[in-house]
Amino acid sequence: MKVAVRYFASVREALGPGEEVGVDAGASIASLRDALAARGGRHAEALGRDRVLRSARNRVLSAEDTRLEDGDEVGFFPPVTGG
Amino acid sequence: MTAARVSIRHEDFDLADEVAALRAGDGGVGAVAVFVGTVRDRNDGTKVKTLELEHYPGMTEAAIESMIDAAMRRFDIRAARVVHRIGVLAPTAQIVLVAVTSAHRHEAFQACEFLMDYLKTQAPFWKKEAGPSGVHWVDARVADDAALARWGIDSGNAAPSAAA
Repeated sequence: MKVAVRYFASVREALGPGEEVGVDAGASIASLRDALAARGGRHAEALGRDRVLRSARNRVLSAEDTRLEDGDEVGFFPPVTGG
Repeated sequence: MTAARVSIRHEDFDLADEVAALRAGDGGVGAVAVFVGTVRDRNDGTKVKTLELEHYPGMTEAAIESMIDAAMRRFDIRAARVVHRIGVLAPTAQIVLVAVTSAHRHEAFQACEFLMDYLKTQAPFWKKEAGPSGVHWVDARVADDAALARWGIDSGNAAPSAAA
């Protein structure tokens, strides 16, 4: 299945605004993140486990154990700093 | 009138206009509490030239709408509005407005603070600061997580709770 990945703030600066990614059925936000980081290079740097990141599924803040479905939108970004 | 409850935009806002619109025609309002956040000229001892705000279009509006729903459930308030600016802002510029109306002051004060604490740690905005030594993304503050925790809500922003 396919999900639309979107990046924001420092992650966007490293990787661009986003990309469409194929994932296995039963994938979670965590497994998607790890698969992207496993590409190495900039992806490893921006999405590696030493980075504190938050994530959203379909525009709702979601823990990384959240399961994904075909067509989902997944956002990865640093802790938020608005207000 | 019923103005939209959330506005994310580049343009500035006028405090008097916002308050007038929020309480227009509602004779039950006896209190209006307003918070306005502005750009400081210094942050952590360093001069700030500009502050640039990025957000997650679509998610931001939905997140703040649900925060207002939570405030309406939790406090006896009559109306609330949040305006948040994006783009490049200079020191002294207004960034954010939270305005709440209620019958009595206590609920308005509380709901206003609740909404700000919520927004600081759960709305997808990011600040990038430009100063004399260059440009950097502003770090999230653990103190902001603690502020939300006072309301019994786990933030998981600056200090994420249990890894997934």
